[in-house]
Amino acid sequence: MSIKVLIPTPLRPYAGKQSAIEVNAQNVGEALNDLVAKHPDLRRHLFSEDGKLRSFVNVYLNDEDIRYLSKDATPIKETDTITIVPSVAGGM
Amino acid sequence: MASLTETSPATLSNEEILRYSRHLIMPEVTLEGQKKLKSARVLCVGTGGLGSPLALYLAAAGVGTLGLVDFDVVDYTNLQRQVLHHTGDVGRLKLDSAIDKLTAINPFVEIKRFDTYLSSQNALEIFSGFDIIADGTDNFATRYLVNDACVLSDKPNVYASIFRFEGQASIFATEAGPCYRCLYPEPPPPGLVPSCAEGGVLGVLPGLLGVIQATEVIKLVLGVGEPLIGRLVLVDALAMRFRELRVGKNPECPVCGANPTVNELIDYNQFCGIRGEESEASTSAKIPEIQPEELKRRLDSKEDIFVLDVREPHEYQIVNIHGHLIPLGDLPTRVHELDSSREIVVHCKSGARSAKAVDFLRKSGFKRATNLTGGILAWADRIDTSLPKY
Repeated sequence: MSIKVLIPTPLRPYAGKQSAIEVNAQNVGEALNDLVAKHPDLRRHLFSEDGKLRSFVNVYLNDEDIRYLSKDATPIKETDTITIVPSVAGGM
Repeated sequence: MASLTETSPATLSNEEILRYSRHLIMPEVTLEGQKKLKSARVLCVGTGGLGSPLALYLAAAGVGTLGLVDFDVVDYTNLQRQVLHHTGDVGRLKLDSAIDKLTAINPFVEIKRFDTYLSSQNALEIFSGFDIIADGTDNFATRYLVNDACVLSDKPNVYASIFRFEGQASIFATEAGPCYRCLYPEPPPPGLVPSCAEGGVLGVLPGLLGVIQATEVIKLVLGVGEPLIGRLVLVDALAMRFRELRVGKNPECPVCGANPTVNELIDYNQFCGIRGEESEASTSAKIPEIQPEELKRRLDSKEDIFVLDVREPHEYQIVNIHGHLIPLGDLPTRVHELDSSREIVVHCKSGARSAKAVDFLRKSGFKRATNLTGGILAWADRIDTSLPKY
């Protein structure tokens, strides 16, 4: 099914400058894989070399962190939204 | 924190009662709440973008003791957002500038100044004099330092960070709630996430986020409302959309979990890979460079030099030296526009991006590529002072 992934500002340059991207998936892992298949430049920003989600990038299904759901295997519904939230440090 | 919600021994003069009357008449504050604010000791780490609105509103609200940590000097590019500092303050210590404004707003506030860079050596000692810590810093190493020092000294960390049009805010390191490491266990490697100095920031954005921090500090002191604990507020100013995400306390968190492995402050530069960045810088030192004076002399004598500008088009619009524009990110796909037999001098704003470009070009066979030392900023300083700097 088709589901929306929201892309944060720092990652938009690697996602064709888009703020939201529709992907096809049954669970969160498939959604992220489809996302990086569509936008290969995103891969190194989301995944480490061993293919794990980087520890300074959080992925939320609606308002829940997938680490506290079923991680990659978290099933999704058409009405859900996936949000990528990387850490940013700016403040001055 | 318990001391904050107990009956406060502070007293208010008639002048202070009049000053805070709009607080006193609200049932959520009252005279008792205002006394709590007067007894409260809040530390603002940083007096820049976030620290400006934060400190201004905390001072105005009557927080009795305000600590300020900063080592920096006001520069001209700060004025677009750091509203504590005025044009006439350029070149002054931010602390001197901040203290002038804060005491002008509220002479009843006692200000404690820490003219230093927050470090693993001084953080716990500085924090010991305060009840709440508000993090308005601008780099990952200090973010993790503030968090860990808050967890170790059992003080809430009222947090916000910003990038371009987006911000994040939360309260970390309360007894029941998660800490910053629960949200982000590790920092990104240096260079992967751009800073505000590289990526830019909308001037009002730290205003929005700093005011959220001030609000949360005041609520914690008063013990009212729903504090932003276990929740991350995301602000997208471009869409003007506020979202809220849940932040869970990680039972395996190395600092605040059940079996912590970080029991004292560590080397946060090392933790954030800053050492690695230095070694990256030393590789870039091997990249051949040309001084602006040398380039100018050789261009004036009509030598065949191709000037390549690897900044973004909107930077080129601000100022340029008529170089051929290919943004660093586009270089791999547009490298065919270049002639490898010619000498190429690459520049960016200050020399970092162009060093990467030269490294890439030389590996791709452009053996005559060199980096302009100090970028267009050095050119504007040393060759053509009529050019604007940004």
